[in-house]
Amino acid sequence: MTTPGPVLEVDRVTKVYPTEPPVTALRDVSFAVVRGELVGIVGPSGSGKTTLLQLMGTLDRPSAGRVRITGLDIEELSDREVAALRATRIGFVFQQFFLAEHQSALDNVADGLLYAGLPQPERRARALEALTLVGLDERPQARPNQLSGGQRQRVAIARALVGSPAIVLADEPTGNLDQASGRAILGIFEDLHDLGVTIVVITHDRDIAARLGRRIEMLDGRIVFDSADQTAVSPGGKDHRS
Amino acid sequence: MITTAVLVVRRLRPSDLARLATVGLRTRKLRAALSALGIAIGVAAIVAVLGLSSSASAGLLDEISALGTNLLVVQDGQTLSGQTAELPKAAPAMIARIGAVAEVQETGAVTGDVFRSPLIPTIDSNALSIEAASLGLLHAVGTSVARGSYLDAATAHEPVVVLGAAAAQRLGVDRVFPGERIWLDNVWFYVVGILEPAVLASEIDSSALVGFPAAERYLGFDGHPSSVYVRAQTGHVAAVYNLLGPTANPENPSQVDVSQPSAALVAQADAQGAFDGLFLGLGAVALLVGAVGVANIMIISVLERRSEIGLRRALGATRGHIRVQFLAEAILLSLIGGAIGVGAGVLATAVYASTKHELVVIPALAWAGGCCVAVPIGAVTGLLPALRAARISPTQALWSM
Repeated sequence: MTTPGPVLEVDRVTKVYPTEPPVTALRDVSFAVVRGELVGIVGPSGSGKTTLLQLMGTLDRPSAGRVRITGLDIEELSDREVAALRATRIGFVFQQFFLAEHQSALDNVADGLLYAGLPQPERRARALEALTLVGLDERPQARPNQLSGGQRQRVAIARALVGSPAIVLADEPTGNLDQASGRAILGIFEDLHDLGVTIVVITHDRDIAARLGRRIEMLDGRIVFDSADQTAVSPGGKDHRS
Repeated sequence: MITTAVLVVRRLRPSDLARLATVGLRTRKLRAALSALGIAIGVAAIVAVLGLSSSASAGLLDEISALGTNLLVVQDGQTLSGQTAELPKAAPAMIARIGAVAEVQETGAVTGDVFRSPLIPTIDSNALSIEAASLGLLHAVGTSVARGSYLDAATAHEPVVVLGAAAAQRLGVDRVFPGERIWLDNVWFYVVGILEPAVLASEIDSSALVGFPAAERYLGFDGHPSSVYVRAQTGHVAAVYNLLGPTANPENPSQVDVSQPSAALVAQADAQGAFDGLFLGLGAVALLVGAVGVANIMIISVLERRSEIGLRRALGATRGHIRVQFLAEAILLSLIGGAIGVGAGVLATAVYASTKHELVVIPALAWAGGCCVAVPIGAVTGLLPALRAARISPTQALWSM
């Protein structure tokens, strides 16, 4: 996909949940991710990183501001078009893996293309390629319950990659894994980064974020540090870029 | 610059939809089986009711057509004043002269009761009657001798009796042996034969048949026939039917009753084959309960599978994709139930009909209807759960674990 400009743009995004009282999860957040970047978004729980992931992943819409994926403004798309956008341009990796236990690893990965309109043989062929990318091509027929946690997460990563999305969004991908497996998963992200895949990893773990190419720190719904800016912003956010 | 035109929502392929529809069934087999069972019981009940009644009436219709539908019966009717009108003695002979008549036989009602012996109280008449019968009667009404023999030219003059099937049973006569006799209107008559049931002329079953000459000699019979059994040539039944009244009693054609027993029996068979409303109603109730069960299971399934729904939305499924997946699952579930129900209903019909030696007849309405009705049931019951599934927010589904 040769898209000029950033793969992901978050432009002055605010998200307010209409609860009683209303909760402002994100305040005026702006940043952009360009092609091939490996970005870590780090912050304590409640800092708004999961909300940010939901907005970046087009699973929710901002209260104010714009989110653009490969130049397409979510605001201007219908729900169906946004779904098609997810089917073709966004890959998700979740903390809980969300694999279907009744299906083989291969079919779990192939399901990543289910809504992209490809016939099953082609989905499986591409799924095998994706499993190769994460080093699981030797056990494509294994059921998720026959795999270790790390292997399961690798299947989930393969599922996110199978459609060659413009961006992969990972939500605490090592959160359910032991340290060794977590390190292996990060290694896979680094390898994919070397292959030019654009990845955004959400984590509360500063050590993990430190290993990623670019680090964005969040607190109370604001970005307080972005290593791409090379400037630390005080937690008060008084001189936060507008 | 990329335009939104490239963002095309792809429809699920039929094979993919079929596979998605089985996800719930494969992951929760017992639950799927139990909820399909509700539909199966309802469909089975309806198929079995339709099948059993059709099989029963098909058996009867078969028997009737084997006996022939060309039998016409002429009976003495009533006069204007309400008394029984007698057929002329010459009626059988006159009817026999109609061109399209193949066979004419007659019986005449004889006054008197039938008893096993003179010691039986006269009140225990067993509702049996004495009939003088012509010698070719059995062939004309389509029955035969079960035991012993029928009247012949010699025994027709003697105090000899042949018992109809019901008459023999009520008198307790189940065998024919020399010297066996019964008490007919104060005269001993010797039993020489017992008949098979006469389906087309059931009045013969409860009769004791004696010869015309013997009836006149021993029982004071006046010789007037009361029933004339006419076999018309096939294809001329209606024409003969219309001629019988004027021919049998030219003076008073209106005092003659003409009937076609097979027609009445066919109507009876059809009535027997008509759906048994009560059982059909029970089947429908079972079906309704089954449908509610499927709806219930689907709603629970949607709640349990929130994360799957959220994941599918993240993978790019539209609300429509989710809706159609759960709708297809509900339809598949009730279709499986319907198919099992049709199978069980057919099996029940076959087993029951074979024990009664009837033909197994499953009306197309039953098996095709059983399968077809499952589809709208699945669609209706699956609609609410499918709409609920489609409404689930992907963020809540994925992050409220």
